[in-house]
Amino acid sequence: MKPEPAPIRFRLNGSAVSTDAPPAMRLSHALREHLGQRGVKVGCDAGDCGACTVLMNGAPICSCLTALGQAAGAAIETVEGLAETDPLAAKLKHAFHRHGAAQCGICTPGMLMSATALLRRNATPSTAEIENALGGVLCRCTGYRKILAAVADADGVETTASIETGHAVGARVKRLDGARKLDGSEIFGADDWPEDALVLRCIRSPHAHACFRLGDLDAWRRANPGIARVFTAADVPGRNMFGTIGPFIDQPVFARDVVRFEGEAIAAVVADPETAWSLDLKDFPVTWESLPPLVRIDEATDAAAPQLHENRARNLLTEGRVQHGDPAVGFAEAEVVVEGAFSTGFVEHAYIEPEAGFARRAGDRIEVQACTQSPYLDRDEVAAILGIAPEQVRILPTAVGGGFGSKLDLSVQPFLAVAAWHLDRPVRMVYSRTESMMTTTKRHPAQIRMKVGATRDGMIRAIEFHGDFNTGAYASWGPTVANRVPVHASGPYHVPHYRATTRAIHTHLVPAGAFRGFGVPQTAIAQEQLYDELALKLGMDPLAFRLKNALSGDKPTVCGQVLGSGFGFKACLEALVPHWRRARAEAETFNRTSGRMRRGAGIAGMWYGCGNTSLPNPSTMRIGLKPGGRLALFQGAVDIGQGSNTVVTQIAADALGAPLDRFDLVGADTDQTPDCGKTSASRQTFVTGKAAFLAAQALRQQILRLANAGEDARLEFSDAAITVIEGERRQHLDLARMPRDDRGFVLLAEESFDPPTTPLDANGQGSPYAVYGSGAHIAEVEVDTDLGLIRVRRMTCAHDVGRAINPTLIEGQIEGGVAQGLGMALMEEFFPGRGENLHDYLIPTIGDIPPIESILIEDESPVGPFGAKGIGEQALIPTAPAILNAVHHATGIRLRRVPAIPDRVHAALLALKEHRHA
Amino acid sequence: MGEGLPLFAQPTGLDEALDLAAKYRPLVLAGGTDLMVGARAELGPGPVLDISRVAELKGIAFSADAITIGGGTTWSELVAADLPCGFDGLKAAGLEVGSVQIQNRGTIAGNLCNASPAADGVPPLLTLDATLEIRSATGARRMPLAEFITGNRRTRLEPGELVTAIQVPRRLANGRSSFLKLGSRRYLVISIVSVGVLLIEGGGRVAEARVAVGACSAVAVRLRALEQALLGRALVPSLADAVEPRHVAGLMPIDDVRGTAGYRRGAAQELICDALRTCIEGRAGGMA
Repeated sequence: MKPEPAPIRFRLNGSAVSTDAPPAMRLSHALREHLGQRGVKVGCDAGDCGACTVLMNGAPICSCLTALGQAAGAAIETVEGLAETDPLAAKLKHAFHRHGAAQCGICTPGMLMSATALLRRNATPSTAEIENALGGVLCRCTGYRKILAAVADADGVETTASIETGHAVGARVKRLDGARKLDGSEIFGADDWPEDALVLRCIRSPHAHACFRLGDLDAWRRANPGIARVFTAADVPGRNMFGTIGPFIDQPVFARDVVRFEGEAIAAVVADPETAWSLDLKDFPVTWESLPPLVRIDEATDAAAPQLHENRARNLLTEGRVQHGDPAVGFAEAEVVVEGAFSTGFVEHAYIEPEAGFARRAGDRIEVQACTQSPYLDRDEVAAILGIAPEQVRILPTAVGGGFGSKLDLSVQPFLAVAAWHLDRPVRMVYSRTESMMTTTKRHPAQIRMKVGATRDGMIRAIEFHGDFNTGAYASWGPTVANRVPVHASGPYHVPHYRATTRAIHTHLVPAGAFRGFGVPQTAIAQEQLYDELALKLGMDPLAFRLKNALSGDKPTVCGQVLGSGFGFKACLEALVPHWRRARAEAETFNRTSGRMRRGAGIAGMWYGCGNTSLPNPSTMRIGLKPGGRLALFQGAVDIGQGSNTVVTQIAADALGAPLDRFDLVGADTDQTPDCGKTSASRQTFVTGKAAFLAAQALRQQILRLANAGEDARLEFSDAAITVIEGERRQHLDLARMPRDDRGFVLLAEESFDPPTTPLDANGQGSPYAVYGSGAHIAEVEVDTDLGLIRVRRMTCAHDVGRAINPTLIEGQIEGGVAQGLGMALMEEFFPGRGENLHDYLIPTIGDIPPIESILIEDESPVGPFGAKGIGEQALIPTAPAILNAVHHATGIRLRRVPAIPDRVHAALLALKEHRHA
Repeated sequence: MGEGLPLFAQPTGLDEALDLAAKYRPLVLAGGTDLMVGARAELGPGPVLDISRVAELKGIAFSADAITIGGGTTWSELVAADLPCGFDGLKAAGLEVGSVQIQNRGTIAGNLCNASPAADGVPPLLTLDATLEIRSATGARRMPLAEFITGNRRTRLEPGELVTAIQVPRRLANGRSSFLKLGSRRYLVISIVSVGVLLIEGGGRVAEARVAVGACSAVAVRLRALEQALLGRALVPSLADAVEPRHVAGLMPIDDVRGTAGYRRGAAQELICDALRTCIEGRAGGMA
């Protein structure tokens, strides 16, 4: 007989605790599952991300790598213990809030614990000391700069000035949902489950392409008594298929007979938690017959290649095309031509929160609570999978610990819904890091050929572009990439003659889908490097060349759209001129006396249409006035860290004329909040923000009408009344006396907004977007030419945001976009089957991100709320090409394949040397 | 394995730990920073021997002819210890082992027993002529580090044995030393190449030289031919000019996602030059 293990006792946040959990359990798991410390986040279970950092006897450790038994007798501190009564912790949290250092908030507990340990022994740490202390915690949202600033300013003065009514827009309002991201109480996908929930795990293919036969599932179940049930394709009550775009829906919930990528689910097992976590899924009864996989685009498009999907000949998912003018004519006029072939690999979103959630059945309805960027898409897909009406599905989005596009697709939701529907018991699931990286969508690998011609005076005349995108096994957002890229491949420049074509091609690899920029970042790497080359060939300064060709509102885009007012790309370039001169001069001065280390400065421009390409994508916003004088904002736009909870409220507040603190956020919840569409395509500030603007204005009109007051009247809100003030006249609307609707509101307004676009014709001509964001980045780099190491020293980023609703949040988007662009340029490439972890797949750490200066240009959009445009994707697009152009300035090499890892950089430097000697 | 099996034993004395190790052939858990990576919700299956509380494995002892580091010393403890300059390279390596979180738990003996080709601790310890003290319930033996690690994740450690200490001869402990690591990012990165250098001066010249390279072969190696070539040369930064391609020709790096074999070999040569200069300039090194 095994001896009864003694309970493990230790001090947790100052109090004695004891647990019967097994001593060999990960401390992180025990803290979350048995001791209620769900502020301890689990991102990797491998010590690679630091999200689970706790203090053990004052020292930061990864609780995922520590066994519970090892904590016996120790003092453990978690984020829940960073009390307001601890002056240091309180100040640090306030500094995080003030600086916008928490975006999605998933890394925040790890950051706060690491910073607390540092500040306790060193109250005034240097930048290097902060970086050393926080180097073990990965953040994918912020670009680290605001975290660094917050820790350095932990002792700083708290800003207490309240925001005046009517002046919320433009103010650095602290994130309205910020407090709960700092005290560990925020609920992410894995942080909430009903007590009696069972745990689901998927059985996944170890092969990229294989046929399979299921064995004796009943026998396996009997051999593992804790298993409640095993689910396969046969158990899907409705459509065993999900996806994102109606006509392209093609991905099975559970594969039947054949798998098309490594990691595809063939079955799910549901069991009590202990059984589920300890099950060895390698014993699952299945026989595989491995088949040769198609991996490369040229293999997949070969006429003899097997077809992944019946109706998609040559594995072509879809094509895109835009033609304007006549490229043959343009190239005939061109006196200088440059061309090149470029390639990029899979890029992983690498949010720190793996996909997670739970589902429960309530009579003939199903509720799915999970991290998602697209609640209504989830609702409709879950309904189809279960064969029920969309109204029978309730989606409760949790806080999202980073999304960046991948959480637009379903992940855990179909499995959970099927299992909970059948079992009539709550079922939860948390993806492992490996599972998340192996099975969720990636940025499309691209192979791009591009040719640009200009006249000798530096005017672009013509472009030919072709891009092939490896879309993997299933469609996901492949069509969106194929359609968006040809519209954007000119960049924000006037190009009279243009042809751009794209293909999205299926292979037996993980599906590629949406990732911040939908193919445009890959495209910009080609386009902006070729413009640089062209400028140099013409003997022009690269910034001057871009200024000369910059698209203005009076010239047509490559789609023939004339943007009119509110397109501020030129202003962005002009704002960068002094920075450019300084950066180039500094680099050249440095290089005069330096041999091995070379410095350079590079620039790249971008534009990006906000919202869906020529497709409707309305948002609906509802605002209700409660009898107690408070306002319910039914905010269905999922805040994935970018800040829509705050920005949308700022817009609503000013459009209504109410103070910010009068608003209560409701949602997102498909039973309560109207559809605000997806958090994608840089559309929430613009589209949902505009819907909020319209709804708030409508509510204001109702109030003014009741008071018989004019447009300019001022509103004063109290708990009992609204006072409408017009000059000397003060009218009181007594809320208690006003009739209430069936929801209990005394007034209610609901408005929708859908950006005005037009369909594109066969040549891609039309108005695909109502608003475009634009901008340009300057990168300053240093290259160690002996080792091929590139270090980015500084980034200067100018963006036309139309109107900066919240400058702190916009800077946060820019800094986070830069970090992802830098990663894409220098270190990030995902190799399916060879890197499903965060130590082989590298994202930037706090030591890799240089100072970033944001310059906000406000060329107001006539369409956006208060003139605002999107910034989420815009911020990432020009970073990589700016860095690559800077590397060229430093060394003379052109890197046409990213990431520019030291190996490749070194090879390019050697090739250049040989070329110069030849 | 039978009755009374301790599922998770936490001895505080070495003899008890060795007895348990002999009896149950358990998973040996120290800092957990490598061992726990492969686990699911809990470590296992099978019994676990947590040696992190064994007093004899802790601390650093100084004697007339050796410095002895307890096998259970964490990287943070090592970095904070008052050690002669021959350990500067090892300390610099310690500061690049994973992250602060990893350094606070991961132990020196664990780093050696895990036997990763890219283990940051190995090149500096090779330059220090480190010898391991290995004990079991039935005896004790000593083995040079260079013989202990036999391949990628393979060592000469027998079941039931623990690495109890790492011993460095005093003679080398007073040398100058440095460590450099090349990776694709600043923190938390597996080395593409790592280099440890130790130089002993005699009359302004190199009296003794040790150069070891990690991540460029299944086991980190010392470059004896280069060490010979450095002898007698003036201890000035141009010492690095003595490094020639033939000195790294014997390295057998692999191609992987971090870099090709050819790049690694060339980078090793550059990094050795940098490490020599770093050492002569009196710096400990760190990330390249």
